[in-house]
Amino acid sequence: MLYREAGQFKTSYQKDQAIFPIRQDRIAVWALLLAVFIAVPLLADDYWLGSIITPLLVLSLAAIGLNILTGYAGQLSLGTAGFMAVGAFAAYNLNIRVPELPLIVDFLLAGVFAAMVGMVFGLPSLRIKGFYLAVATLAAQFFIEWVFTHVGWFTNYSSSGVISAPPMHILGMTIDTAVEKYLLTLSVVAVLALGAKNMVRSRIGRSWMAVRDKDISAEVIGIPLLSTKLSAFGISSFYCGVAGALWTYCYLGTVEPAAFDLNRSFQVLFMIIIGGVGSILGSFLGAGFIVLLPILLNNIAAMIGHGTLQADTMANLEHIIFGGLIIFFLIVEPHGLARLWQIAKEKLRLWPFPY
Amino acid sequence: MSDLNFFFEVLIGGLLSGVMYSLVALGFVLIYKASGVFNFAQGSMVLFAALTFVGIMEQGIPFWPALVVALVVMMVLAVGIERVVLRPLVNQPQISLFMATIGLSYLLEGLGQGLWGTQVRALDLGIEDMPNETIQTMLGIQVSTFDIFSAISAALLVGLLALFFNKTRVGLALRAVADDHQAALAVGIPLQHVWAIVWAAAGLVALVAGLLWGSRLGVQFSLSLVALKALPVLILGGFTSIAGAIVGGLIIGASEKLAEVYIGTFTGGAVAAVENWFPYMLALVFLLVRPQGLFGDKIIERV
Repeated sequence: MLYREAGQFKTSYQKDQAIFPIRQDRIAVWALLLAVFIAVPLLADDYWLGSIITPLLVLSLAAIGLNILTGYAGQLSLGTAGFMAVGAFAAYNLNIRVPELPLIVDFLLAGVFAAMVGMVFGLPSLRIKGFYLAVATLAAQFFIEWVFTHVGWFTNYSSSGVISAPPMHILGMTIDTAVEKYLLTLSVVAVLALGAKNMVRSRIGRSWMAVRDKDISAEVIGIPLLSTKLSAFGISSFYCGVAGALWTYCYLGTVEPAAFDLNRSFQVLFMIIIGGVGSILGSFLGAGFIVLLPILLNNIAAMIGHGTLQADTMANLEHIIFGGLIIFFLIVEPHGLARLWQIAKEKLRLWPFPY
Repeated sequence: MSDLNFFFEVLIGGLLSGVMYSLVALGFVLIYKASGVFNFAQGSMVLFAALTFVGIMEQGIPFWPALVVALVVMMVLAVGIERVVLRPLVNQPQISLFMATIGLSYLLEGLGQGLWGTQVRALDLGIEDMPNETIQTMLGIQVSTFDIFSAISAALLVGLLALFFNKTRVGLALRAVADDHQAALAVGIPLQHVWAIVWAAAGLVALVAGLLWGSRLGVQFSLSLVALKALPVLILGGFTSIAGAIVGGLIIGASEKLAEVYIGTFTGGAVAAVENWFPYMLALVFLLVRPQGLFGDKIIERV
């Protein structure tokens, strides 16, 4: 009853094309933003902020990146973590080698570097598609990981091959507590998510979707394949790169290249499958699901088992449940949580008089 | 020892280990040909098969019965996968099926390790992983007996599969399905049975690969990563060609060992681990020249 657009007339094209055309949605979004920017830092403790919510946001960002490439442009990629690694190491090297640059610029440039690497590895997409391309992106994953492990320059010749993020300063403020890191992450993620949402509604996003649906048809109606596919790779990798930089600076603090291994790529891929392929909202929902599920499972096991379950049994159980859920989702709801959300909203608009 | 001898030693070692890659790649090709599914879970099937076999052996059951039991388990698994995973996903886009097999691979890893434990197990096939003395005295090159044994097993398996595909009625049905699902259905070939059979065959290949790899590396989680090595093989050889899987395996095996030895010394250090990424880059470069791989079907698109 509350969620209904009756009486809201769109009198201009601008209103017609708003991201949230329904007033209730706009109110909900502002409320959500208020909640995450003000209420969450006040209510959550450092453990939740630092170890759960911040990584969740960073992974959401990576998931948005992958969603742009896989969900919107239809190019399957298994190199997400590799591009994240490029971002992480680029931000670190910029930070220590060119200290004059502000941190935010470092992050953005890290994204740009990742985008360039992504475009190089996206080049084969012009000739190959589908699984062949997926395997080609695996090449990116392994090669990047190898380079960061074996070329000392990138880790500033640290003997352990680990990089430690220097303290962060933005506009004279030092960012070191969990709350501050959370707010920094949140701001970056919010801005970039808004950008992504607008991008996929605009010309470039529509050409991605045309290429996804059928690249030959897209070419016939005049969409240049080269620039479209490469822009998808570039922008996707940009998002992944920024996510990698945030992962290093705001979450872990110290990372080794192994933090960006193939499993991370799969983790992000699962996020977009469960959340919804081709949906920005789905990236967040999927990330929330994948990050929170293991914690939930652990708590349930602790409640039932009282510590009788071994750690490795838990890990195996987690694998089984994960795998099972992926298959379950693909069979039951191939469009993921985002689709469920959409259905719920459609139902809500008619409720309580659905006829 | 002369440089040339060393070169040949590396080359032959690489070729023989390439055969092991081919074995894993073969499982991919079988399923891809028949159902158009890129089965990412093949590596986990290798792990699962090896774990099952070792687990059964540990119950005090001798080698051959254990092999039969493991085979039966793989068959049941294949039928189960077809029934639970593939059938509901018929007509979904290929990417969905691919992702489903990623989920499947997690499931199998968890299941296998949950049932049989996560510790590393030794698997002894009774063949030494030592330089073969006969060859060493004849040619002066060190080649592992185990490598030769696994190459012969692989050759036998491929021969069997080739016979099965080309000379039996079921094989004919398999080839028909591989060619065109709908046409095969139209002439009355039960698609679901065919898929179950193919997955069972892939299970058999996984078992053989699991035994060979397991006795070399020990039966443990990293067995499932062997599948990642099979991917460049697939690209190089083409997804749809059994011969491609073999030749691709040989090329990848030989080139990665040579790269490890010769490029690895360039970039410094004995543990340069060039072989982790070299096959992929090779395959990537190769793809740019020939997108369908060496022996793959030419990709023709109709609009």
